[in-house]
Amino acid sequence: MSSSDPSTLNPQLSTPPAWAGGSGPTVRAVHDEFHGDLLEISMGPQHPSTHGVFRMVATLDGETIVKLKPVFGYLHRNHEKLGENTTYLASMPYTDRLDYLCSMTNNWAYALAVEKLAGLNVPERAEYLRIIMGELTRLVNHMCLVGFLFNDLGTSFTPLLYAFREREKILDLFEALTGSRMMCNYQRFGGCRVDPTPEWLAAANKVVQNFPRFLDEFEAMLTGNEIMLARTQGVGRLSRELAISAGITGPMLRASGVDYDLRKVDGYGFYPRFDFRVPLGEHGDTYDRYMMRILEMRESVKILQQAISEMPLGPIMDPKAKLRGFRPRAGEAYGRIEGPKGEIGFYLISDGMPNPYRYRVRPPSFVNLTVLEDMCLGHTVADAVVILGSIDIVLGEVDR
Amino acid sequence: MTSPALSLFNAPFAALAIPGPTFLERAPLELRDWFVHLFPAPAQWLVHHLITIVAVLAVFGLFFAFLTIAERKLLGRLQNRLGPNRTGPFGFMQPFADAIKALTKEDVVPAAADKLLHFLAPVIVCSFALMTFAVLPFGRHLIPLELDAAVLYFFAAGAATELAIFMAGWSSRNKYSLLAAMRALAQLISYELPLLLTVVPVVMLTGTLSTQNIVLAQGGWWHGVIPHWHVFTPWGFAGFLIFLVAALAETNRSPFDSPEAESELIAGHLTEYSGFKYALFFMAEYFGMTALCGLGVTLFLGGWQAPSVYLQFIPSYVWFGLKLIAMILLLIWIRGTLLRLRIDQLMRLSWKLLVPLALINLLNAAFWFQAGELGGAFAIARWPVSIGLAVLPFIAFGRRLGRGLGPRTYRYAP
Amino acid sequence: MLGSGILKGLAVTAKNFVGSYRSPERMVTVEYPEQRLPIPEAYRNFPFLVTENAEDPMGTLRCVACQICEKECPPQCIYIEKSKDKKPDATGKMQIYPAVFEIDTSVCMSCQICVEVCPFDAIKMDQVFEIAAGDRFTDLLLKREQLAKPNSYFHQIRPTEAEEVDTRLAAERKAAEEKAKAAAAAAAAKAAAAKAAATAAPTTKTADAPSADAPKPPPAA
Repeated sequence: MSSSDPSTLNPQLSTPPAWAGGSGPTVRAVHDEFHGDLLEISMGPQHPSTHGVFRMVATLDGETIVKLKPVFGYLHRNHEKLGENTTYLASMPYTDRLDYLCSMTNNWAYALAVEKLAGLNVPERAEYLRIIMGELTRLVNHMCLVGFLFNDLGTSFTPLLYAFREREKILDLFEALTGSRMMCNYQRFGGCRVDPTPEWLAAANKVVQNFPRFLDEFEAMLTGNEIMLARTQGVGRLSRELAISAGITGPMLRASGVDYDLRKVDGYGFYPRFDFRVPLGEHGDTYDRYMMRILEMRESVKILQQAISEMPLGPIMDPKAKLRGFRPRAGEAYGRIEGPKGEIGFYLISDGMPNPYRYRVRPPSFVNLTVLEDMCLGHTVADAVVILGSIDIVLGEVDR
Repeated sequence: MTSPALSLFNAPFAALAIPGPTFLERAPLELRDWFVHLFPAPAQWLVHHLITIVAVLAVFGLFFAFLTIAERKLLGRLQNRLGPNRTGPFGFMQPFADAIKALTKEDVVPAAADKLLHFLAPVIVCSFALMTFAVLPFGRHLIPLELDAAVLYFFAAGAATELAIFMAGWSSRNKYSLLAAMRALAQLISYELPLLLTVVPVVMLTGTLSTQNIVLAQGGWWHGVIPHWHVFTPWGFAGFLIFLVAALAETNRSPFDSPEAESELIAGHLTEYSGFKYALFFMAEYFGMTALCGLGVTLFLGGWQAPSVYLQFIPSYVWFGLKLIAMILLLIWIRGTLLRLRIDQLMRLSWKLLVPLALINLLNAAFWFQAGELGGAFAIARWPVSIGLAVLPFIAFGRRLGRGLGPRTYRYAP
Repeated sequence: MLGSGILKGLAVTAKNFVGSYRSPERMVTVEYPEQRLPIPEAYRNFPFLVTENAEDPMGTLRCVACQICEKECPPQCIYIEKSKDKKPDATGKMQIYPAVFEIDTSVCMSCQICVEVCPFDAIKMDQVFEIAAGDRFTDLLLKREQLAKPNSYFHQIRPTEAEEVDTRLAAERKAAEEKAKAAAAAAAAKAAAAKAAATAAPTTKTADAPSADAPKPPPAA
């Protein structure tokens, strides 16, 4: 009984910290004859909606969550140590497997870090290709997210399968170009691996042109749905202050109203050449996070249309780049890009050997997951699942 | 019982000396009587009832099998898939393959479970779900049991499934099951109320609790085309919609499937069930759905009455079946589209929207009846007033319920 | 009004339901064993070893056991043992060949790094994906004999890339032959010395191809 004594259960609740602003929902965790014991349930690692082998140990008062402990590491594969023991090139296919929905952006961030280290320059066409692949990946990832979010909300797979139908078209493009649907392994240090044919670009253009139509249909289906609004609006609020202090990035941060998009801030690649807007949320709740993804998809389509039509001809690899026996000079570098989930970064220290001395990944979904408890407190089990879904985690990246 | 219109219809058939609609109408009964008379007189009443039970079990057992495959096919098409198509022609043998799989699976009972209750729960849920079929009038002459208080009996038998679900959740000794059992209990009890309140006006206006008489009261057509079904009156339409929503909740169907919300509670009260016990729960859910849809058809959609006087040559049980299938397809369609309400929102929907609306609907029906009695100008004026009484409260309560919710517009970074 | 969003959603699913019968492009699934989607040329699955001659696969492997792929392979699924002796390859040049070449396809992650780093175009990605097997250690650990597939097969699965590789190799061979011819006249007198050099560093001799990024000699150990 002492273990579930509410006074020691969650010190945050009795004195809400300044960053919480006292605005969060109040939680009643009374312990008397009438209210009874608290119930601790372990959601995961085998649970239909923890998006992989993630575990939430939730303490419930009725159905209200008074404490939630995320447990992860079930999918730990020693990614960073592996990276320190293999050559720079051999780490590239491993980065595919970090966030296995967006291998292209993982490749890109890693390539960026190594290019900084080795002082390679990427040709213009390759930069365009990277942007096309990155934005296609954003579409893929966001479609997966909204589809699974609706599944968490309790649809019987219908929106998910509609989203997957469109995603399939983009995966077909990836397959035709790189040979693999998901584990693309496409970027190389100093450029890209294969040059697309004009037919491929035409096919990509067709997919991109048809995409807004799909998005309209998808939005007509459930965005205005009353149940959807009731389930997501005001649920899982993330305050602007907490989002900043916890290091949240990506659409989740922008849903809380913070204008921070690395595509604009860093202006890496050729992003400054493109005309696109960054949508911002206001409430920071699940609905805002959902809408950020939808709106970002529309902006991505704009970028893609520009990139495909303006793509120059030319080489796709830096002639200085070496595939075999690649040894960058000693030094350190941090390459980061705006991945679909947030800031994905790779930090490398080289001592001049074929393998990095230190290899570290900054995974966006891991950092974004840290505020899960703060968002879930005071909501019900059903909401916790939805909030987790709206964070957009991929366990391959969280556990590495 | 035969209406004059029907006898008029039978006349040409009789002149040609071929079995007319009346024969088809009575065919199942004739078959039963022939079979019953094969037995000695003292055993006849027993055989009579047994054969009814067997017939209901067989027909609705097969209907359940058809329903599972229809649901999967339809959901598949809604989702642009093909649906099961490997077993038998077009996959129609799939339910039998599923049944064999369920029967041959290991029956796992948790070590900590209350074994007796764990065993009894699927049995009870299935038997009570089947009992409700006893009072549904499937055709002009087809009703397993003529009861004066049939509607009361229906709800009494139907309410027992709540007990069974709670037994299942409690006896499993699983926290998810327990949460699901609590949810189920709260949900089923709350939705029993609007469900009953929508039945009350029907009983009030027809003046009978017998389901067969309720159907008969909906007989007749306006100019031979528009039937006198309750759903074609303002109060009846509103009542039917409330009934539909409450029936969805009573049968744990999406969007009210929170007791077995697979994304939250794994499988809810079914988490610890496997093999044939699981199949029994599954069966009971579909039986319950079929029975409630059957009641909806009986109360609001004119039961076995044909939609037009010119379509009466089709036997009445065919009409009942068609209406039943249409209603079930509607439920499947809803399941293929909508998402799940949270349990507290679900309760709020019942107590803050459906119950008040059902109560207003009761008054509406009373007004409708009285205005109709007065006749003349009142009979015409009751239409706009009654429609207003149905729509305006819905808008008012709906607005209150959805306060603070709505689509948002977003700004873009400068 | 409450419920309008729900009706809109129902309309969308109804549209899709009708559309699934009327416009086949909405349907994404195919009935797999009977119906197959075309495999794009770039599709890759597991590596195979290219041989020049289908009649004598083991004698005409392009692989010279330089072990670069073994070293670069990220999941370390390639195992190579060099031969003690030398055999003439497809062009008749004496070469070391892999006495053992094994790929554990249960470990392989189809990343194509081995193909990219191979200086001899000896290893390429296959497109066979139906490789379900009952035993991981006997069926998925592919031996040299199972891996070897003729160049004609490579032409069949990837015509464009195979054509490109063949022209490049032909040019390389021609250049090598001319160089060898010129060298032969000069080196005729010092035949004994040349023989000794060949045994000391076998790969440096083959690496005189005009490739920009020539491989380093493999470690002696």
